[in-house]
Amino acid sequence: MTDLLEPAIDARRGNLLADSWLMTTRLLKQIVRVPDLLVFSTIQPIMFVLLFRYVFGGAIVVGPHGGYVQYLMPGIFVQTLLFNGAATGIGMADDLQKGLVDRFRSMPIARSALLVGRSISDLIRALLVFAIMLIVGVLTGFRFGDGWGGAIGGTLLMFGFAFAFSWIGIMIGLVVKTVEAAQSAGFIWLFPLTFASSAFVRTDTMPSWLRGFADHNPVTVVVNSVRRLYLSPTNSREFGVPALGSQLLQALLWLAGVLLVFVPLSVRRFRRMSR
Amino acid sequence: MTDAVVVESLVKTFGTTRALDGLDLTVPEGSVLGLLGPNGAGKTTAVRVLSTLLVADSGRAEVCGVDVRRDPVRVRRLIGLTGQFAAIDDYLTGRENLVLFGRLFHLSRSAAAQRADELLERFELTDAASRIAKTYSGGMRRRLDIAASLIARPRVIFLDEPTTGLDPRSRLSMWDVIRDLVRDGTTMLLTTQYLEEADLLASSIAVIDAGHVIARGTSDELKASVGGTRLELVVDHAERLAIAADVLERVGDGPPSIEQSDRRVTVPVTSGAGVLAEVVRQLDGAGVGISDLAIRRPTLDDVFLGLTGHRAAEIEADPEPAVAGADHRDGGRS
Ligand SMILES: Nc1ncnc2c1ncn2[C@@H]1O[C@H](COP(=O)(O)OP(=O)(O)OP(=O)(O)O)[C@@H](O)[C@H]1O
Ligand SMILES: [Mg+2]
Repeated sequence: MTDLLEPAIDARRGNLLADSWLMTTRLLKQIVRVPDLLVFSTIQPIMFVLLFRYVFGGAIVVGPHGGYVQYLMPGIFVQTLLFNGAATGIGMADDLQKGLVDRFRSMPIARSALLVGRSISDLIRALLVFAIMLIVGVLTGFRFGDGWGGAIGGTLLMFGFAFAFSWIGIMIGLVVKTVEAAQSAGFIWLFPLTFASSAFVRTDTMPSWLRGFADHNPVTVVVNSVRRLYLSPTNSREFGVPALGSQLLQALLWLAGVLLVFVPLSVRRFRRMSR
Repeated sequence: MTDAVVVESLVKTFGTTRALDGLDLTVPEGSVLGLLGPNGAGKTTAVRVLSTLLVADSGRAEVCGVDVRRDPVRVRRLIGLTGQFAAIDDYLTGRENLVLFGRLFHLSRSAAAQRADELLERFELTDAASRIAKTYSGGMRRRLDIAASLIARPRVIFLDEPTTGLDPRSRLSMWDVIRDLVRDGTTMLLTTQYLEEADLLASSIAVIDAGHVIARGTSDELKASVGGTRLELVVDHAERLAIAADVLERVGDGPPSIEQSDRRVTVPVTSGAGVLAEVVRQLDGAGVGISDLAIRRPTLDDVFLGLTGHRAAEIEADPEPAVAGADHRDGGRS
């Protein structure tokens, strides 16, 4: 027993890369052991696909030749990834509430590894969720129409966007500190953002006051960019999707803006926890 | 003997609350200091400052000669923290938890695994090692939690209310675990709301209230300050009180005090059970009928009453302090 108490000789200074990787694998195990989260973050969007595709779809006119599933899927993808990103904050709050963050902070590890590890593991979960949604999309009739380049470009854009927005989730988790609060505060603002956008319907069908918001909504510009990259030019034109240039520029500006504001804010908040 | 922990005039405020208000403590190397205080006394805040989770407003805190504020990274390598609530990953198995913490202390993969097995064995968790921690009982979680804080063989261990919320059986086994650590010469700062716990585990005790120390000493000294253990007897007929007082005078450690109105005689005693049997025998011989007989040990509340003249804030009258407080689940975690 005495040997349990010898001073720690092999403990070195925190190493951001190694520590982040340990944190990432810890959280990946969670995904496997608690598939609930994965299931819940895919069941809802699958319901949405079925609902919009088969129930509302017939009544929603997006172009002269129908094809609502083509219009819908990019919107669903973006929405799904955004909600997945918001779940990052819930995990953060969970660790805080359980005191795990305190334990980690009392150990000689790179503190930002907690944030980085969470961010990376959630990105990996996002990949899983996206793969599932893609299969659902293809099964319900969705097809890429603009070649591999467009498909890859659009996917990268969505992931970048969801990654940036997950930092808003992290910030919320750090501020509210309880799972329950993070659950409501983390998701509530995403509903108006995704529904008052071009994700499900064309914004030119909305009343003008709402349209002003919808057209400049970050979700709209990202969904529009993804449509331009995922769909054939004819499809995009029929759906009245604005040209790629301006939409992509706005999307990237949002992405950068959110990262520039929320990454430093979260890191600062995390550091100030010792105040 | 050098001091492993030194705290001097530590002040920490949260808004208008002075959680620490000039706290002074020392823990000599290899000894155990029991930090005793009611809810909100500042115990957790003190532990959080010492374990580099919180930065104090002013004052000095050192662990093994390293200033917690100036060199927190070095302090983190010297300490093990077991917070007020078990901090383990519910979705990892017991072993995975320990291996993770070992790896985060930069042990090699094999060293971490070996260390984890050692600790699982030591804390009687080997059988449960491959189950996810979510399925553990409260006592098992607490043991895993303490095991986790020992991963890097810390020089100083902080234990914040290690038995609050445990059932009596888990509490006893936790006491065993802590006593073993004590025997091995670990320097420990242990917070508790129970005098009994501090009594059993700590070599010296500091009673804190409102963020500063109001008394310090060994448990015997503290108990003595509030009168120590007493034997209380209630007789069935008031006219036998005088005879009863004579009996108690003989077995007790001091003069008995008589309360005529409720037929009660009280006397200070040192040894518990033996005295009790002796008193029963003698009273029986003298033909005195007993309606109530009990040994009363001083509780934290008594110490408080003795020290401050008022009852400890927020501590409810508690007939069995050793098992109560199970639902104490609020707390100042930030
Ligand atoms: N993060 C915080 N923000 C605001 N007030 C706090 C914070 N942490 C502690 N306090 C306050 O500081 C005081 C001391 O709290 P602390 O948690 O140190 O007490 P304690 O002795 O550990 O109590 P308990 O027995 O309930 O654990 C309390 O009044 C508490 O409300
Ligand atoms: Mg406390």
